[in-house]
Amino acid sequence: MKSDTNLADSTPIPSISPSSNYLITNGLGNTKRSKRIATWMLFIVIIVVCSIYIDVTPYQLFVGLPEMGVLLKEMFPPDWSYLPTIWAPMLQTIKIAVAGTILGAIPAIPAALFSANNITPNKWLSLPIRTLLNLVRTVPDLLFAAIFVAVFGIGPFAGMLALLFFSFGIIAKLTYESLEAIDPGPLEAMTAVGANRIQIIVFGVIPQALPAFISYLLYTFEINIRAATVLGFVGAGGIGLLLNQSLGLFRYDRAATIIILTLAVVLIIDYTSTSIRRKLL
Amino acid sequence: MNNNNHLSSSSLTIRLRNLRKWMIALFILVIFIWSMLGLDYQGFQSTSKVVSLSILKGFMHPDWAYVYLPEGEDLLRELLETLVISILGTFVSAILCIPFAFWAAANMSRLRLFPGMGKFTLSVIRVFPEMIVAILFIKAVGPGSFAGVLALGVHSIGMLAKLFSETIEGIDPGPQEALIACGATRLQTIRFAVIPQVIPQFLSYSLYRFEINIRSATTLGLVGAGGIGTPLIFALQVRNWNRVGVILLGIVLLVVVTDFISSRLRRRII
Repeated sequence: MKSDTNLADSTPIPSISPSSNYLITNGLGNTKRSKRIATWMLFIVIIVVCSIYIDVTPYQLFVGLPEMGVLLKEMFPPDWSYLPTIWAPMLQTIKIAVAGTILGAIPAIPAALFSANNITPNKWLSLPIRTLLNLVRTVPDLLFAAIFVAVFGIGPFAGMLALLFFSFGIIAKLTYESLEAIDPGPLEAMTAVGANRIQIIVFGVIPQALPAFISYLLYTFEINIRAATVLGFVGAGGIGLLLNQSLGLFRYDRAATIIILTLAVVLIIDYTSTSIRRKLL
Repeated sequence: MNNNNHLSSSSLTIRLRNLRKWMIALFILVIFIWSMLGLDYQGFQSTSKVVSLSILKGFMHPDWAYVYLPEGEDLLRELLETLVISILGTFVSAILCIPFAFWAAANMSRLRLFPGMGKFTLSVIRVFPEMIVAILFIKAVGPGSFAGVLALGVHSIGMLAKLFSETIEGIDPGPQEALIACGATRLQTIRFAVIPQVIPQFLSYSLYRFEINIRSATTLGLVGAGGIGTPLIFALQVRNWNRVGVILLGIVLLVVVTDFISSRLRRRII
């Protein structure tokens, strides 16, 4: 009854908070509550110290937001006459993403097979490959791109290589996890009738893992198409180069056209890929 | 169950499924060939081998002196700045996405259209690559970590609010109904019935997003939005491979350590 009246007049909110209820029922509640308060305090202190450290304060946001408004105003109306010029780079962007994803997926298959514990019981083989995959996944795609641009020169090839490495890391990881979750029944049956390793993989493992693999391929492709649109910022080909140029020349109307086209392409590919993935699984 | 009948019908579906599989494989092959034809392979220049070798040499002998310089602008400080950018970016988005999450959650409003609009807004935010967001913020507030924080903060809303709204949709409606039955206002219902149920999941998703953001924060500097990316791109431009090596090593270590801590925290929260 008491909590009912509290709810009605709404002022003494803390008295009916779940933590205080907990306090009554449980003797340990007190320490737990103070621990929770301490955690939140620590968290707030961290945030404040961080914002002072890099000089990011709400005041700056207040000053910066009108600038953002000016920028957006200059972007409209977008320069639609620029559209024919950006078709070719847009296609190149898609090509980079496709080639990078598929070329990354091919080496991912053996890597996944070798790092799945139920297919390769040999720890000395699976552990180094897993470590390599973990290392590859810590490096963001744009960093790969920046490095490959330095090695192979400016152009889409560097971007494709960057996405190749990136896709390899993701697809191999996701695939070996789903490989470890496959039904062991068929594999045991095939071992019992004397199939060799390759036969087991071809007839027992691949049919079970293929839908998941293709789904991961598409998922990585979705990530890669987003990545490919910005690869040009570091000189790795695609539409990003033009976007960077138009922003550098203060042609915000052109930049807006590029951004809108990018969004449209990404949305269409996302939608298609997601609906295919839903059918697959 | 009629075994024979079952077999024949299933063999037909298997044959159909096989046909479809081959069609899909062919389709992928055609797309792949198309994509490979368009890329020019100027990459295989004669210098590539020399450059690759010098990179390898640089990675083998990282520029350890860069780790700590007394006058500043060293690896540790840049890594700390990267970390701070991603912490603040995650914090900003975790706060900004709460209204979006309630907007997009289907069980928080009686209208069908309203959450649908929220979901659409979120997917539009999600398709914006964060580099583009970063570049726009750099144009608006100038280069530096502030642009990076804003970019991460705004970009992460798309994913975080989606996950949050799914959490809200999955809560137990019991407490909420009980509170409404005894006359609680809408805000009170949210405060005492919804929030206590979703907080652990919110925190866990925020930490997960933090893990993603720390990777993004390392690249933000490539376009001038603060963090370790800026010295990296300078080192790449002057081909100082020893420095590139030590910076990459620092990035990998930072990501591995934060991933480890964050996943431990997430396990404790849930």
